Amino acid sequence: MSSTDALPLDPPLAAPPLPDLGAQRVLPLRHPGRWIATAVVVVLAAQFLHGLATNPFYQWDRFGYWFARPVILRGLWVTLEVTALSAVLGLLAGVVLAMARLSRNPVLRTVSWLYIWVFRSVPLIVVLLILFNFSALYKTLSLGVPFGPSLFRFDENKLATELVVATVGLSLNEAAYAAEVVRGGILSVDDGQRAAAAALGLPRWYQFRRIVFPQALRAIVPAYVNQLIGLIKGTSLVFYVSLLDLFGQVQTMGSTYPGDIVPLLLVATVWYVILTSVVSAAQHLIERRLAGAVRA
Amino acid sequence: MTGIAAAVEIRGVTKTFGTHRVLDAVDLTVCPGHVTVLIGPSGAGKSTLLRTVNHLEKPDAGYVRVNGELIGVRQHGDRLRELSERAILQQRAEIGFVFQSFNLFPHLTVLDNVAAAPVATGRATKTQAREQALHLLSRVGLADKAGAYPRRLSGGQQQRVAIARALALRPGVILFDEPTSALDPELVGEVLAVMKDLAGTGTTLIVVTHEIGFAREAADTVAFMDEGRIVEQGPPAEVLERPQHARTQEFLSKVL
Repeated sequence: MSSTDALPLDPPLAAPPLPDLGAQRVLPLRHPGRWIATAVVVVLAAQFLHGLATNPFYQWDRFGYWFARPVILRGLWVTLEVTALSAVLGLLAGVVLAMARLSRNPVLRTVSWLYIWVFRSVPLIVVLLILFNFSALYKTLSLGVPFGPSLFRFDENKLATELVVATVGLSLNEAAYAAEVVRGGILSVDDGQRAAAAALGLPRWYQFRRIVFPQALRAIVPAYVNQLIGLIKGTSLVFYVSLLDLFGQVQTMGSTYPGDIVPLLLVATVWYVILTSVVSAAQHLIERRLAGAVRA
Repeated sequence: MTGIAAAVEIRGVTKTFGTHRVLDAVDLTVCPGHVTVLIGPSGAGKSTLLRTVNHLEKPDAGYVRVNGELIGVRQHGDRLRELSERAILQQRAEIGFVFQSFNLFPHLTVLDNVAAAPVATGRATKTQAREQALHLLSRVGLADKAGAYPRRLSGGQQQRVAIARALALRPGVILFDEPTSALDPELVGEVLAVMKDLAGTGTTLIVVTHEIGFAREAADTVAFMDEGRIVEQGPPAEVLERPQHARTQEFLSKVL
Protein backbone atom coordinates (compact mmCIF):
# COMPACT_ATOMS: atom_id res chain seq x y z
CA MET A 1 0.00 0.00 0.00
CA SER A 2 2.63 2.49 1.09
CA SER A 3 4.75 1.88 -2.02
CA THR A 4 1.85 2.57 -4.37
CA ASP A 5 0.98 5.66 -2.42
CA ALA A 6 4.43 6.99 -3.22
CA LEU A 7 3.92 6.53 -6.94
CA PRO A 8 2.34 9.35 -8.88
CA LEU A 9 -1.26 8.49 -9.55
CA ASP A 10 -2.16 7.73 -13.14
CA PRO A 11 -4.95 9.82 -14.48
CA PRO A 12 -8.05 7.61 -14.80
CA LEU A 13 -8.02 6.01 -18.24
CA ALA A 14 -11.11 5.43 -20.27
CA ALA A 15 -11.78 1.66 -20.15
CA PRO A 16 -11.28 -0.03 -23.52
CA PRO A 17 -14.61 -1.06 -25.00
CA LEU A 18 -15.55 -4.59 -23.83
CA PRO A 19 -17.33 -7.16 -25.98
CA ASP A 20 -20.80 -8.02 -24.78
CA LEU A 21 -19.70 -10.52 -22.07
CA GLY A 22 -23.21 -11.11 -20.82
CA ALA A 23 -24.11 -12.98 -24.01
CA GLN A 24 -21.09 -15.34 -23.98
CA ARG A 25 -20.97 -18.88 -22.64
CA VAL A 26 -18.26 -19.40 -20.03
CA LEU A 27 -15.40 -21.55 -21.39
CA PRO A 28 -14.86 -24.62 -19.19
CA LEU A 29 -11.54 -25.05 -17.38
CA ARG A 30 -9.19 -27.39 -19.26
CA HIS A 31 -7.81 -30.48 -17.50
CA PRO A 32 -4.61 -31.55 -19.30
CA GLY A 33 -3.67 -33.76 -16.31
CA ARG A 34 -6.72 -35.92 -16.93
CA TRP A 35 -5.66 -36.60 -20.49
CA ILE A 36 -2.16 -37.59 -19.40
CA ALA A 37 -3.51 -39.88 -16.67
CA THR A 38 -5.93 -41.45 -19.16
CA ALA A 39 -3.14 -42.13 -21.63
CA VAL A 40 -0.98 -43.77 -18.93
CA VAL A 41 -3.82 -45.96 -17.71
CA VAL A 42 -4.81 -47.00 -21.24
CA VAL A 43 -1.23 -48.01 -22.09
CA LEU A 44 -0.85 -50.01 -18.86
CA ALA A 45 -4.23 -51.72 -19.32
CA ALA A 46 -3.43 -52.61 -22.92
CA GLN A 47 -0.09 -54.05 -21.84
CA PHE A 48 -1.76 -56.14 -19.13
CA LEU A 49 -4.48 -57.44 -21.49
CA HIS A 50 -1.92 -58.22 -24.14
CA GLY A 51 0.12 -60.21 -21.62
CA LEU A 52 -3.00 -61.99 -20.40
CA ALA A 53 -3.87 -63.03 -23.94
CA THR A 54 -0.42 -63.93 -25.27
CA ASN A 55 1.51 -65.22 -22.23
CA PRO A 56 1.59 -69.05 -22.61
CA PHE A 57 1.72 -69.30 -18.78
CA TYR A 58 -2.09 -68.86 -18.65
CA GLN A 59 -2.79 -71.75 -21.09
CA TRP A 60 -6.10 -70.36 -22.33
CA ASP A 61 -6.77 -73.49 -24.35
CA ARG A 62 -6.71 -75.54 -21.11
CA PHE A 63 -8.90 -72.88 -19.48
CA GLY A 64 -11.41 -73.43 -22.26
CA TYR A 65 -11.16 -77.18 -21.77
CA TRP A 66 -11.88 -77.03 -18.01
CA PHE A 67 -14.30 -74.10 -17.82
CA ALA A 68 -17.56 -76.04 -18.26
CA ARG A 69 -16.35 -79.59 -17.50
CA PRO A 70 -19.01 -81.57 -15.59
CA VAL A 71 -16.62 -82.01 -12.67
CA ILE A 72 -16.24 -78.21 -12.35
CA LEU A 73 -19.99 -77.65 -12.76
CA ARG A 74 -20.63 -80.22 -9.99
CA GLY A 75 -18.34 -78.19 -7.75
CA LEU A 76 -20.07 -74.99 -8.79
CA TRP A 77 -23.43 -76.52 -7.89
CA VAL A 78 -22.15 -77.47 -4.42
CA THR A 79 -20.84 -73.91 -3.95
CA LEU A 80 -24.22 -72.50 -4.96
CA GLU A 81 -26.08 -74.89 -2.71
CA VAL A 82 -23.94 -74.23 0.35
CA THR A 83 -24.05 -70.47 -0.26
CA ALA A 84 -27.80 -70.34 -0.75
CA LEU A 85 -28.59 -72.52 2.27
CA SER A 86 -26.23 -70.69 4.62
CA ALA A 87 -27.30 -67.28 3.32
CA VAL A 88 -30.97 -68.02 4.07
CA LEU A 89 -30.45 -69.89 7.34
CA GLY A 90 -27.83 -67.39 8.48
CA LEU A 91 -30.12 -64.45 7.75
CA LEU A 92 -33.10 -66.04 9.53
CA ALA A 93 -30.96 -66.83 12.58
CA GLY A 94 -29.43 -63.35 12.31
CA VAL A 95 -32.86 -61.69 12.45
CA VAL A 96 -33.74 -63.73 15.54
CA LEU A 97 -30.40 -62.88 17.17
CA ALA A 98 -30.80 -59.19 16.33
CA MET A 99 -34.29 -59.12 17.85
CA ALA A 100 -32.96 -60.88 20.95
CA ARG A 101 -30.11 -58.39 21.17
CA LEU A 102 -32.57 -55.48 20.98
CA SER A 103 -35.15 -57.03 23.30
CA ARG A 104 -35.93 -55.74 26.77
CA ASN A 105 -35.17 -59.16 28.23
CA PRO A 106 -31.64 -59.07 29.71
CA VAL A 107 -31.20 -62.86 29.41
CA LEU A 108 -31.96 -62.84 25.68
CA ARG A 109 -29.75 -59.79 25.22
CA THR A 110 -26.81 -61.45 26.95
CA VAL A 111 -27.16 -64.80 25.18
CA SER A 112 -27.34 -63.08 21.80
CA TRP A 113 -24.35 -60.90 22.63
CA LEU A 114 -22.34 -63.95 23.72
CA TYR A 115 -23.22 -65.85 20.54
CA ILE A 116 -22.17 -62.95 18.31
CA TRP A 117 -19.02 -62.43 20.32
CA VAL A 118 -17.96 -66.11 20.06
CA PHE A 119 -18.74 -66.63 16.40
CA ARG A 120 -17.15 -63.40 15.29
CA SER A 121 -14.04 -64.28 17.28
CA VAL A 122 -13.49 -67.86 16.10
CA PRO A 123 -12.13 -68.28 12.55
CA LEU A 124 -14.57 -69.96 10.20
CA ILE A 125 -12.11 -72.71 9.36
CA VAL A 126 -11.87 -73.62 13.07
CA VAL A 127 -15.67 -73.75 13.37
CA LEU A 128 -15.84 -76.00 10.30
CA LEU A 129 -13.12 -78.36 11.51
CA ILE A 130 -14.63 -78.65 15.00
CA LEU A 131 -18.03 -79.47 13.48
CA PHE A 132 -16.44 -81.92 11.07
CA ASN A 133 -14.69 -83.85 13.82
CA PHE A 134 -17.76 -83.55 15.98
CA SER A 135 -19.89 -85.14 13.25
CA ALA A 136 -17.35 -87.91 12.77
CA LEU A 137 -17.75 -88.75 16.45
CA TYR A 138 -21.54 -88.42 16.57
CA LYS A 139 -22.92 -89.69 13.26
CA THR A 140 -26.44 -89.98 14.60
CA LEU A 141 -26.51 -86.38 15.76
CA SER A 142 -25.77 -85.01 12.32
CA LEU A 143 -28.60 -87.09 10.90
CA GLY A 144 -30.90 -85.50 13.44
CA VAL A 145 -30.39 -82.00 12.03
CA PRO A 146 -33.87 -80.87 10.99
CA PHE A 147 -33.07 -79.84 7.43
CA GLY A 148 -31.02 -83.01 6.81
CA PRO A 149 -33.46 -85.08 4.76
CA SER A 150 -33.92 -82.48 2.02
CA LEU A 151 -30.18 -82.57 1.38
CA PHE A 152 -30.04 -86.22 0.30
CA ARG A 153 -29.86 -85.17 -3.29
CA PHE A 154 -26.61 -87.04 -3.75
CA ASP A 155 -26.20 -90.77 -3.87
CA GLU A 156 -23.52 -90.94 -1.22
CA ASN A 157 -24.84 -90.34 2.26
CA LYS A 158 -21.35 -89.28 3.16
CA LEU A 159 -21.48 -86.25 0.90
CA ALA A 160 -24.80 -85.21 2.39
CA THR A 161 -23.28 -85.33 5.85
CA GLU A 162 -20.43 -83.11 4.77
CA LEU A 163 -22.87 -80.77 3.11
CA VAL A 164 -24.71 -80.58 6.44
CA VAL A 165 -21.50 -79.86 8.33
CA ALA A 166 -20.49 -77.19 5.84
CA THR A 167 -23.94 -75.58 5.81
CA VAL A 168 -24.25 -75.62 9.59
CA GLY A 169 -20.76 -74.18 10.06
CA LEU A 170 -21.25 -71.40 7.53
CA SER A 171 -24.75 -70.62 8.84
CA LEU A 172 -23.54 -70.36 12.44
CA ASN A 173 -20.82 -67.98 11.32
CA GLU A 174 -23.09 -66.06 8.96
CA ALA A 175 -25.76 -65.64 11.65
CA ALA A 176 -23.37 -63.72 13.91
CA TYR A 177 -22.53 -61.21 11.17
CA ALA A 178 -26.07 -61.04 9.83
CA ALA A 179 -27.29 -60.29 13.38
CA GLU A 180 -25.09 -57.20 13.53
CA VAL A 181 -26.16 -56.10 10.05
CA VAL A 182 -29.85 -56.50 10.93
CA ARG A 183 -29.41 -54.81 14.29
CA GLY A 184 -27.69 -51.86 12.65
CA GLY A 185 -30.51 -51.64 10.11
CA ILE A 186 -33.19 -51.68 12.79
CA LEU A 187 -31.39 -49.02 14.82
CA SER A 188 -31.11 -46.84 11.71
CA VAL A 189 -34.89 -46.44 11.61
CA ASP A 190 -35.95 -43.10 13.06
CA ASP A 191 -37.32 -43.29 16.62
CA GLY A 192 -40.28 -41.20 15.50
CA GLN A 193 -41.46 -44.16 13.41
CA ARG A 194 -41.66 -46.40 16.47
CA ALA A 195 -43.31 -43.63 18.46
CA ALA A 196 -45.91 -43.12 15.71
CA ALA A 197 -46.58 -46.85 15.47
CA ALA A 198 -46.91 -47.10 19.25
CA ALA A 199 -49.16 -44.04 19.42
CA LEU A 200 -51.50 -45.61 16.86
CA GLY A 201 -51.72 -48.69 19.06
CA LEU A 202 -50.43 -50.96 16.30
CA PRO A 203 -49.81 -54.46 17.64
CA ARG A 204 -46.15 -55.11 18.49
CA TRP A 205 -45.51 -57.69 15.78
CA TYR A 206 -47.20 -55.48 13.18
CA GLN A 207 -45.00 -52.56 14.24
CA PHE A 208 -41.90 -54.65 13.56
CA ARG A 209 -43.05 -56.43 10.43
CA ARG A 210 -44.81 -53.61 8.60
CA ILE A 211 -43.27 -50.39 9.91
CA VAL A 212 -39.76 -50.90 11.26
CA PHE A 213 -38.40 -53.83 9.24
CA PRO A 214 -39.26 -52.56 5.73
CA GLN A 215 -37.47 -49.32 6.53
CA ALA A 216 -34.54 -51.17 8.11
CA LEU A 217 -34.14 -53.17 4.87
CA ARG A 218 -32.79 -50.11 3.10
CA ALA A 219 -29.77 -50.20 5.39
CA ILE A 220 -29.68 -54.01 5.66
CA VAL A 221 -29.59 -54.93 1.96
CA PRO A 222 -26.29 -53.29 0.93
CA ALA A 223 -24.53 -54.45 4.11
CA TYR A 224 -25.91 -57.97 3.85
CA VAL A 225 -24.98 -58.32 0.16
CA ASN A 226 -21.46 -57.33 1.13
CA GLN A 227 -21.60 -60.10 3.72
CA LEU A 228 -23.03 -62.49 1.11
CA ILE A 229 -20.14 -61.87 -1.26
CA GLY A 230 -17.78 -62.72 1.59
CA LEU A 231 -19.82 -65.88 2.14
CA ILE A 232 -19.58 -66.98 -1.52
CA LYS A 233 -15.82 -66.80 -1.30
CA GLY A 234 -15.83 -68.19 2.25
CA THR A 235 -17.46 -71.38 0.96
CA SER A 236 -14.07 -72.28 -0.54
CA LEU A 237 -13.09 -73.29 3.01
CA VAL A 238 -15.51 -76.23 2.94
CA PHE A 239 -12.85 -78.06 0.93
CA TYR A 240 -11.16 -78.63 4.30
CA VAL A 241 -14.17 -80.62 5.55
CA SER A 242 -13.95 -82.86 2.45
CA LEU A 243 -16.75 -81.17 0.57
CA LEU A 244 -15.86 -80.74 -3.09
CA ASP A 245 -17.15 -77.31 -3.96
CA LEU A 246 -15.87 -75.25 -6.90
CA PHE A 247 -12.54 -74.60 -5.21
CA GLY A 248 -12.37 -78.21 -3.97
CA GLN A 249 -12.80 -79.62 -7.46
CA VAL A 250 -10.21 -77.21 -8.84
CA GLN A 251 -7.76 -78.30 -6.12
CA THR A 252 -8.46 -81.99 -6.74
CA MET A 253 -8.11 -81.68 -10.50
CA GLY A 254 -5.00 -79.56 -9.97
CA SER A 255 -3.28 -82.32 -8.02
CA THR A 256 -4.30 -84.88 -10.65
CA TYR A 257 -3.16 -82.66 -13.55
CA PRO A 258 -0.39 -80.51 -12.02
CA GLY A 259 0.35 -78.90 -15.38
CA ASP A 260 -3.15 -77.39 -15.47
CA ILE A 261 -3.14 -75.72 -12.05
CA VAL A 262 -2.97 -72.16 -13.42
CA PRO A 263 -5.83 -72.51 -15.92
CA LEU A 264 -7.83 -74.34 -13.24
CA LEU A 265 -7.35 -71.48 -10.77
CA LEU A 266 -8.42 -69.08 -13.53
CA VAL A 267 -11.56 -71.18 -14.06
CA ALA A 268 -12.36 -70.81 -10.34
CA THR A 269 -11.59 -67.08 -10.49
CA VAL A 270 -13.91 -66.46 -13.42
CA TRP A 271 -16.76 -68.45 -11.85
CA TYR A 272 -16.41 -66.59 -8.53
CA VAL A 273 -16.41 -63.28 -10.42
CA ILE A 274 -19.57 -64.35 -12.25
CA LEU A 275 -21.30 -65.36 -8.98
CA THR A 276 -20.44 -62.14 -7.16
CA SER A 277 -21.45 -60.09 -10.21
CA VAL A 278 -24.87 -61.74 -10.29
CA VAL A 279 -25.30 -60.98 -6.58
CA SER A 280 -24.20 -57.36 -7.07
CA ALA A 281 -26.66 -56.97 -9.94
CA ALA A 282 -29.43 -58.37 -7.75
CA GLN A 283 -28.45 -55.91 -5.02
CA HIS A 284 -28.72 -53.05 -7.47
CA LEU A 285 -32.23 -54.12 -8.50
CA ILE A 286 -33.43 -54.62 -4.91
CA GLU A 287 -32.03 -51.28 -3.80
CA ARG A 288 -33.76 -49.54 -6.68
CA ARG A 289 -37.07 -51.09 -5.71
CA LEU A 290 -36.65 -50.18 -2.03
CA ALA A 291 -35.62 -46.63 -2.87
CA GLY A 292 -38.42 -46.35 -5.41
CA ALA A 293 -41.05 -46.93 -2.77
CA VAL A 294 -39.80 -44.01 -0.75
CA ARG A 295 -38.85 -41.54 -3.48
CA ALA A 296 -41.44 -42.30 -6.15
CA MET B 1 -64.93 -36.38 42.33
CA THR B 2 -66.77 -33.78 40.36
CA GLY B 3 -70.18 -34.47 38.92
CA ILE B 4 -69.15 -33.97 35.28
CA ALA B 5 -66.99 -36.79 33.92
CA ALA B 6 -63.74 -35.38 32.61
CA ALA B 7 -62.47 -36.43 29.17
CA VAL B 8 -58.93 -36.32 30.48
CA GLU B 9 -58.00 -36.23 34.13
CA ILE B 10 -54.36 -35.84 35.13
CA ARG B 11 -53.60 -36.22 38.85
CA GLY B 12 -50.27 -35.80 40.58
CA VAL B 13 -48.28 -36.83 37.51
CA THR B 14 -44.58 -36.74 38.28
CA LYS B 15 -41.71 -37.66 35.98
CA THR B 16 -37.99 -37.51 36.56
CA PHE B 17 -35.24 -37.87 33.95
CA GLY B 18 -32.07 -38.61 35.90
CA THR B 19 -32.07 -35.96 38.60
CA HIS B 20 -34.18 -33.52 36.62
CA ARG B 21 -37.82 -33.37 37.68
CA VAL B 22 -39.60 -32.73 34.38
CA LEU B 23 -43.12 -33.00 35.77
CA ASP B 24 -43.84 -32.11 39.35
CA ALA B 25 -47.21 -33.44 40.58
CA VAL B 26 -49.20 -31.99 37.69
CA ASP B 27 -52.99 -31.83 37.92
CA LEU B 28 -55.15 -30.98 34.93
CA THR B 29 -58.77 -31.64 34.04
CA VAL B 30 -60.05 -31.44 30.47
CA CYS B 31 -63.79 -31.38 29.85
CA PRO B 32 -65.26 -33.39 26.97
CA GLY B 33 -65.28 -31.47 23.70
CA HIS B 34 -63.01 -28.76 25.06
CA VAL B 35 -59.81 -27.51 23.52
CA THR B 36 -56.97 -27.12 26.00
CA VAL B 37 -53.81 -25.36 24.89
CA LEU B 38 -50.57 -25.85 26.82
CA ILE B 39 -48.12 -23.00 26.50
CA GLY B 40 -44.84 -22.25 28.18
CA PRO B 41 -41.08 -21.99 27.63
CA SER B 42 -39.16 -24.94 26.18
CA GLY B 43 -38.17 -27.42 28.85
CA ALA B 44 -41.27 -26.63 30.88
CA GLY B 45 -42.53 -30.22 30.49
CA LYS B 46 -45.41 -29.57 28.06
CA SER B 47 -44.51 -32.33 25.61
CA THR B 48 -43.67 -34.79 28.36
CA LEU B 49 -47.03 -34.13 30.01
CA LEU B 50 -48.79 -34.67 26.68
CA ARG B 51 -46.93 -37.95 26.18
CA THR B 52 -48.02 -39.24 29.58
CA VAL B 53 -51.65 -38.92 28.43
CA ASN B 54 -51.26 -41.79 25.94
CA HIS B 55 -48.51 -43.43 28.02
CA LEU B 56 -45.73 -42.86 25.49
CA GLU B 57 -44.09 -41.57 28.66
CA LYS B 58 -44.61 -43.52 31.90
CA PRO B 59 -45.27 -41.31 34.90
CA ASP B 60 -43.18 -42.18 37.96
CA ALA B 61 -46.12 -41.29 40.16
CA GLY B 62 -49.66 -40.07 39.68
CA TYR B 63 -52.13 -41.20 37.06
CA VAL B 64 -54.00 -40.23 33.93
CA ARG B 65 -57.61 -41.13 33.18
CA VAL B 66 -59.13 -40.81 29.73
CA ASN B 67 -62.91 -41.01 29.69
CA GLY B 68 -62.74 -42.46 33.17
CA GLU B 69 -60.30 -45.25 32.28
CA LEU B 70 -56.86 -45.37 33.88
CA ILE B 71 -54.14 -45.22 31.21
CA GLY B 72 -51.21 -47.62 31.28
CA VAL B 73 -52.02 -48.85 34.79
CA ARG B 74 -54.78 -50.56 36.74
CA GLN B 75 -55.81 -50.25 40.31
CA HIS B 76 -54.54 -53.05 42.51
CA GLY B 77 -55.78 -52.52 46.06
CA ASP B 78 -54.52 -49.08 46.93
CA ARG B 79 -51.63 -49.23 44.46
CA LEU B 80 -51.32 -48.75 40.70
CA ARG B 81 -49.88 -51.54 38.60
CA GLU B 82 -48.48 -51.37 35.06
CA LEU B 83 -50.62 -52.85 32.32
CA SER B 84 -49.29 -55.26 29.71
CA GLU B 85 -47.98 -53.72 26.51
CA ARG B 86 -50.87 -55.23 24.57
CA ALA B 87 -53.42 -53.57 26.85
CA ILE B 88 -51.61 -50.22 26.62
CA LEU B 89 -51.57 -50.45 22.82
CA GLN B 90 -55.31 -51.04 22.86
CA GLN B 91 -55.81 -47.96 25.02
CA ARG B 92 -53.62 -45.85 22.74
CA ALA B 93 -55.81 -46.61 19.76
CA GLU B 94 -58.52 -44.54 21.51
CA ILE B 95 -56.24 -41.53 21.81
CA GLY B 96 -54.97 -39.73 18.72
CA PHE B 97 -51.47 -38.26 18.71
CA VAL B 98 -50.00 -35.81 16.21
CA PHE B 99 -46.23 -35.33 16.30
CA GLN B 100 -44.15 -32.24 15.68
CA SER B 101 -42.17 -34.10 12.99
CA PHE B 102 -45.28 -35.75 11.44
CA ASN B 103 -43.68 -39.24 11.53
CA LEU B 104 -45.62 -40.49 8.53
CA PHE B 105 -44.54 -43.95 7.39
CA PRO B 106 -42.32 -43.14 4.38
CA HIS B 107 -42.65 -46.56 2.73
CA LEU B 108 -46.46 -46.41 2.64
CA THR B 109 -48.65 -44.27 0.40
CA VAL B 110 -50.67 -41.48 1.94
CA LEU B 111 -53.78 -43.66 1.73
CA ASP B 112 -52.06 -46.61 3.43
CA ASN B 113 -50.69 -44.34 6.14
CA VAL B 114 -54.26 -43.43 7.04
CA ALA B 115 -55.81 -46.87 6.44
CA ALA B 116 -53.17 -49.02 8.17
CA ALA B 117 -54.10 -48.63 11.84
CA PRO B 118 -57.85 -49.42 11.61
CA VAL B 119 -57.01 -52.65 9.76
CA ALA B 120 -54.06 -53.62 11.98
CA THR B 121 -56.09 -53.11 15.15
CA GLY B 122 -59.01 -55.08 13.75
CA ARG B 123 -61.47 -52.17 13.67
CA ALA B 124 -62.20 -52.26 9.96
CA THR B 125 -61.79 -54.39 6.88
CA LYS B 126 -59.32 -53.23 4.28
CA THR B 127 -62.09 -51.90 2.04
CA GLN B 128 -63.82 -50.03 4.86
CA ALA B 129 -60.54 -48.55 6.04
CA ARG B 130 -59.62 -47.34 2.55
CA GLU B 131 -63.03 -45.80 2.02
CA GLN B 132 -62.82 -44.05 5.37
CA ALA B 133 -59.25 -42.95 4.67
CA LEU B 134 -60.31 -41.30 1.40
CA HIS B 135 -63.10 -39.53 3.24
CA LEU B 136 -60.69 -38.27 5.92
CA LEU B 137 -58.18 -37.17 3.30
CA SER B 138 -60.82 -35.11 1.55
CA ARG B 139 -61.73 -33.63 4.92
CA VAL B 140 -58.15 -32.35 5.30
CA GLY B 141 -58.14 -31.31 1.63
CA LEU B 142 -55.77 -33.98 0.33
CA ALA B 143 -57.94 -36.53 -1.45
CA ASP B 144 -55.90 -36.03 -4.63
CA LYS B 145 -52.70 -37.08 -2.83
CA ALA B 146 -53.98 -40.50 -1.75
CA GLY B 147 -51.59 -42.42 -4.01
CA ALA B 148 -48.52 -40.28 -3.31
CA TYR B 149 -45.68 -41.12 -0.95
CA PRO B 150 -45.21 -38.75 2.01
CA ARG B 151 -41.86 -37.42 0.81
CA ARG B 152 -43.60 -35.85 -2.19
CA LEU B 153 -45.74 -33.70 0.09
CA SER B 154 -44.99 -30.35 1.69
CA GLY B 155 -44.64 -30.22 5.47
CA GLY B 156 -48.11 -28.77 5.86
CA GLN B 157 -49.62 -31.50 3.70
CA GLN B 158 -47.73 -34.18 5.63
CA GLN B 159 -49.05 -32.85 8.90
CA ARG B 160 -52.60 -32.84 7.54
CA VAL B 161 -52.13 -36.48 6.52
CA ALA B 162 -50.84 -37.19 10.04
CA ILE B 163 -54.02 -35.64 11.45
CA ALA B 164 -56.15 -37.79 9.11
CA ARG B 165 -54.16 -40.82 10.27
CA ALA B 166 -54.90 -39.99 13.91
CA LEU B 167 -58.59 -39.48 13.09
CA ALA B 168 -58.85 -42.86 11.37
CA LEU B 169 -59.15 -44.62 14.73
CA ARG B 170 -62.04 -42.29 15.69
CA PRO B 171 -60.38 -41.22 18.93
CA GLY B 172 -62.32 -39.31 21.56
CA VAL B 173 -59.23 -37.32 22.46
CA ILE B 174 -56.50 -36.03 20.17
CA LEU B 175 -53.15 -34.80 21.42
CA PHE B 176 -51.07 -32.37 19.35
CA ASP B 177 -47.38 -32.02 20.16
CA GLU B 178 -46.22 -28.71 18.62
CA PRO B 179 -47.89 -29.62 15.33
CA THR B 180 -46.74 -26.50 13.48
CA SER B 181 -43.25 -26.03 14.91
CA ALA B 182 -41.51 -27.92 12.09
CA LEU B 183 -43.37 -26.05 9.34
CA ASP B 184 -42.39 -23.16 7.11
CA PRO B 185 -44.32 -20.07 8.27
CA GLU B 186 -46.57 -19.97 5.19
CA LEU B 187 -47.70 -23.58 5.81
CA VAL B 188 -48.73 -23.11 9.45
CA GLY B 189 -52.13 -21.70 8.55
CA GLU B 190 -53.39 -24.75 6.64
CA VAL B 191 -52.66 -27.05 9.61
CA LEU B 192 -54.20 -24.69 12.15
CA ALA B 193 -57.29 -24.43 9.92
CA VAL B 194 -57.75 -28.22 10.06
CA MET B 195 -57.31 -28.14 13.83
CA LYS B 196 -59.85 -25.36 14.26
CA ASP B 197 -62.21 -27.37 12.12
CA LEU B 198 -61.72 -30.31 14.47
CA ALA B 199 -62.24 -28.13 17.52
CA GLY B 200 -65.65 -27.26 16.13
CA THR B 201 -66.74 -30.92 15.90
CA GLY B 202 -66.71 -31.62 19.63
CA THR B 203 -63.53 -33.69 19.72
CA THR B 204 -61.47 -33.16 22.86
CA LEU B 205 -58.12 -31.65 21.95
CA ILE B 206 -55.00 -31.03 23.99
CA VAL B 207 -52.54 -28.91 22.05
CA VAL B 208 -48.97 -28.02 22.92
CA THR B 209 -48.12 -25.02 20.77
CA HIS B 210 -46.33 -21.72 20.50
CA GLU B 211 -49.13 -20.34 18.31
CA ILE B 212 -50.68 -17.89 20.77
CA GLY B 213 -53.11 -16.79 18.06
CA PHE B 214 -54.50 -20.31 17.83
CA ALA B 215 -54.84 -20.43 21.62
CA ARG B 216 -56.75 -17.15 21.62
CA GLU B 217 -59.15 -18.18 18.84
CA ALA B 218 -59.72 -21.87 19.44
CA ALA B 219 -58.93 -22.71 23.08
CA ASP B 220 -61.49 -23.16 25.82
CA THR B 221 -58.69 -23.35 28.37
CA VAL B 222 -55.11 -22.14 28.23
CA ALA B 223 -52.66 -23.64 30.72
CA PHE B 224 -49.27 -22.05 31.24
CA MET B 225 -46.51 -24.47 32.29
CA ASP B 226 -43.13 -23.67 33.77
CA GLU B 227 -40.55 -25.94 35.40
CA GLY B 228 -42.78 -28.98 35.43
CA ARG B 229 -45.85 -27.33 36.91
CA ILE B 230 -49.00 -25.74 35.63
CA VAL B 231 -48.54 -22.23 36.92
CA GLU B 232 -51.79 -20.73 35.73
CA GLN B 233 -54.82 -21.82 33.75
CA GLY B 234 -58.14 -20.43 32.63
CA PRO B 235 -60.00 -19.11 29.59
CA PRO B 236 -57.70 -17.52 26.99
CA ALA B 237 -59.17 -14.09 27.63
CA GLU B 238 -57.93 -14.29 31.22
CA VAL B 239 -54.61 -16.13 30.93
CA LEU B 240 -53.47 -14.39 27.76
CA GLU B 241 -54.83 -10.89 28.41
CA ARG B 242 -54.66 -10.60 32.20
CA PRO B 243 -52.07 -13.11 33.42
CA GLN B 244 -51.88 -13.22 37.22
CA HIS B 245 -48.56 -14.96 37.66
CA ALA B 246 -45.26 -13.15 37.13
CA ARG B 247 -43.79 -16.03 35.05
CA THR B 248 -46.80 -16.00 32.73
CA GLN B 249 -46.55 -12.24 32.29
CA GLU B 250 -42.85 -12.51 31.52
CA PHE B 251 -43.38 -15.35 29.00
CA LEU B 252 -46.25 -13.63 27.22
CA SER B 253 -44.39 -10.34 27.01
CA LYS B 254 -41.67 -12.19 25.07
CA VAL B 255 -43.85 -14.16 22.66
CA LEU B 256 -46.60 -11.64 21.92
